Amino acid sequence: MKPESIPATAGGRRRQPISTESEWSFELIEEYEAEIARVAKSFKLDTYKNQIEVISSEQMMDAYASSGMPLGYHHWSYGKHFLSTENSYKRGQMGLAYEIVINSDPCIAYLMEENTMMMQALVIAHASYGHNSFFKGNYLFRTWTDAESIIDYLLFARNYIAECEQRHGVDEVEAVLDSCHVLMNHGVDRYKRPYPISAAKEKQRQHEREEHLQRQINRLWRTIPRRDTSGNAQEEECFPSEPQENILYFFEKNAPLLEPWQREVLRIVRKIGQYFYPQRQTQVMNEGWATFWHYTILHRLYDEGLVTDGFMVEFLQAHTNVLFQPDFDSPYYSGINPYTLGFAMMSDIRRICENPTEEDKHWFPDIAGSDWLETLHFAMRNFKDESFIQQYLSPKVIRDLKLFCVLDDDNLDEIEISAIHDQPGYQYIRETLAGQYNLGDREPNIQVYNVDRRGNRALYLRHFQYKRKPLGDSADEVLKHLHRLWGFDVHLDSVHNDEIVASFHCPPAKKGG
Amino acid sequence: MSYIIDRRPNSKNKSTVNRQRFLRRYRKHIKRAVEESISGRSITDIDRGEKISIPAGDVSEPIFGHGAGGERRVIHPGNKEFVKGDRIPRPKGRAGGGGSNASDSGEGMDEFQFQISHEEFLEVMFEGLELPNLVKRQLAGSDVFKSVRAGYSNVGNPNQINIVRSMRGALARRIALVGRPRRELRALLAEYEALQAEDAALEDNSHRLLVLEEQIKKLRIRVGRIPFLDTFDLKYNLNTKVPLPRSKAVMFCLMDVSGSMNQATKDIAKRFFILLYLFLQRNYDRTEVVFIRHHTSAKEVDEEEFFYSRETGGTIVSSALQMMKKIMHDRYPAEEWNIYGAQASDGDNWNDDSQTCFDLLVNDIMPHVQHYSYVEITPREHQALWESYSLVKEQFKGYFALQQIVDTRDIYSVFRQLFQRKAA
Repeated sequence: MKPESIPATAGGRRRQPISTESEWSFELIEEYEAEIARVAKSFKLDTYKNQIEVISSEQMMDAYASSGMPLGYHHWSYGKHFLSTENSYKRGQMGLAYEIVINSDPCIAYLMEENTMMMQALVIAHASYGHNSFFKGNYLFRTWTDAESIIDYLLFARNYIAECEQRHGVDEVEAVLDSCHVLMNHGVDRYKRPYPISAAKEKQRQHEREEHLQRQINRLWRTIPRRDTSGNAQEEECFPSEPQENILYFFEKNAPLLEPWQREVLRIVRKIGQYFYPQRQTQVMNEGWATFWHYTILHRLYDEGLVTDGFMVEFLQAHTNVLFQPDFDSPYYSGINPYTLGFAMMSDIRRICENPTEEDKHWFPDIAGSDWLETLHFAMRNFKDESFIQQYLSPKVIRDLKLFCVLDDDNLDEIEISAIHDQPGYQYIRETLAGQYNLGDREPNIQVYNVDRRGNRALYLRHFQYKRKPLGDSADEVLKHLHRLWGFDVHLDSVHNDEIVASFHCPPAKKGG
Repeated sequence: MSYIIDRRPNSKNKSTVNRQRFLRRYRKHIKRAVEESISGRSITDIDRGEKISIPAGDVSEPIFGHGAGGERRVIHPGNKEFVKGDRIPRPKGRAGGGGSNASDSGEGMDEFQFQISHEEFLEVMFEGLELPNLVKRQLAGSDVFKSVRAGYSNVGNPNQINIVRSMRGALARRIALVGRPRRELRALLAEYEALQAEDAALEDNSHRLLVLEEQIKKLRIRVGRIPFLDTFDLKYNLNTKVPLPRSKAVMFCLMDVSGSMNQATKDIAKRFFILLYLFLQRNYDRTEVVFIRHHTSAKEVDEEEFFYSRETGGTIVSSALQMMKKIMHDRYPAEEWNIYGAQASDGDNWNDDSQTCFDLLVNDIMPHVQHYSYVEITPREHQALWESYSLVKEQFKGYFALQQIVDTRDIYSVFRQLFQRKAA
């Protein structure tokens, strides 16, 4: 089917809209879904199978509280999220999200029963075709997650944790989970390709692993002196031999005092953290892509006469609400809206391809005038937020959003405007904004540096400062959790230019000791 | 191909467990909030659900994040008048000019707020409280039974069949009735086979064989008539219901409504009794409450009148004690009932009446009650009544308590002190 083709029966513009009422029904949802699927296909959106679930607002709050995971293990922090969601929802401070979509195969999307037909169609286009195709196409998701097995794995995790609670008590398990959650963002090997998670294998190997692991740990920490084959060369080699950024993994394999089940819990949290890792890095792209497609697909339906003018007015209102970007001096401002930036960039790529200006030809010689669909799909597949902005943020988008850069250096008394949306500033803003979406810049870089294996088994961590940014106040709290998992003293040094600028200890260092 | 599924019939409240986990973890905070809120409530809605606030710092989940400082470059949208190189004084409060970094350190100092239900509120409110010295257990009423094994019976429901017993009975019966015939049968069979093996053709033998066949057949019929399991083999487990002894308790609430009690003191007294009443209703469903209000004369009233009537007069405390003594004597024999007394007053009394009170308590009331608590609601010096009651306390340590309430904030803590569960 050619991208622009329209079913022959339509005979150009079809007169009969699918529905004129705002009420939805299952038949209508099916009809809309079929039309959206047809249009999506014409735009070459490749998706997992869709599973669309209609739920009530209470169920939406439940889903919300567990960060969209359809089944999670029990933990108080989810209860906390639930309470705060419920509270602000009941007081009318916040509407619930229109949609939640789960990166799984089939891809599960939730529709809320309170929504109008227009919203249901919008959500289907946005989630079931926009996000879904992104999950299936984007390289980060392809590398880091296994959509087929995630539901099974979550089920395995839930059952395993429940079993642990039975065996070891709720408090015991909760303590370990608390500590693991604290380190959830430090459970990923950024530069290594992970193994996809699979529930069946997990279960099968889990017992094996428990035993094997414990044996290894015992070897590592054994206190009985070994017969020294290498003579008296007691060279203290560093352990780990190279610094480790994946703290959870390091603990799982090497923490001296953890029980086998605790290691398994660590692993579960690590794996779930890994599942969310791509989402944290592709927010702008993911939302931009999904927004671009619901916009494009629904417009196509309108062009074909399948939806009414009223539908379109309602749609545009919802669409603009999503894209609302308050200015930096507005009381509602809380950073750049990823939907706005993503949608602006995606639309701009299409514009550059279809109607390139002189400026575009200068900035994007390779894509100006090319096939927009091809180019957009390429961008979706092969980038993450950081590189996407680095590659595609055009001067026009910078001008439209009136982006400017504020330099806040604590060595200076005043803050400085280091670039605005003008010719000399474009490149600078593009690079800075890209950096802003780089996880490495956003989150402190903390690595396991050394372990005193022969002495008091203390663990030494290093924080490598990026642009002299210090660690936040919660570092001491986090260290307590590290201490709980490690079981012995934990030291954290903040390093800048090979110089230790701050140190944290748990238990806190004694004065004069 | 897409699937569209209606999940609405599925259970909601998937988060219930997580919510309970959260409440459990922050029990301490919730308790404090409940305590604070009780004193701030009007009498009628003292047991409604409550909005709980917890300092956000206590519920935060720490992560490694960047603190303020260092060199930051942040892109903001919506430039209006800035050009490159502009220098602006650093805005106070937040670093970074626009506050996009605020999320680094959680939710700031806001309070974390949520709502707990009526049930949860009461549960927290009365957690760890009990009526002291609750001992006397009696066969009261007939609504609580315990099912106890009581051997076996020949009749019963099929689901109560005791298989082992039944089979054992059947076996015994079969042995008794067909033990010998079986033995004979076995002997005949052995003989029959032996003869057959010897030589079936011999004249003698063939005759004998015919006889044997006849006998074997008879015996087989006889054995076959005895059933494997007969109805009277069936034995059933027998359970009987044994009534459980339980405590009967009665609480006497004595409230002073004399003229010296001003509106505020009365209000405090009522609040105290409402707490007590709620506590009894919730935790001891078989407890009776007797309401006595007094000024110069005492009167037994119902709950409605006790809390809402406006009658008033002078003060003779002993009148209430007399009343209590009479009711105890008439309706609540001390051998059967756990008797409790709670009295609230502002401490004003006719001077010579305090002595009467003392005598009444020591001679007639205290020997029969499990516990008696006196709450004096006054910001002033104690008077004669308190003195006399102190003497009672000396005599009945562990059974008598007196506490002072100065304003509404003390009510709950005093209440807790009075009914705190003591380590066994």
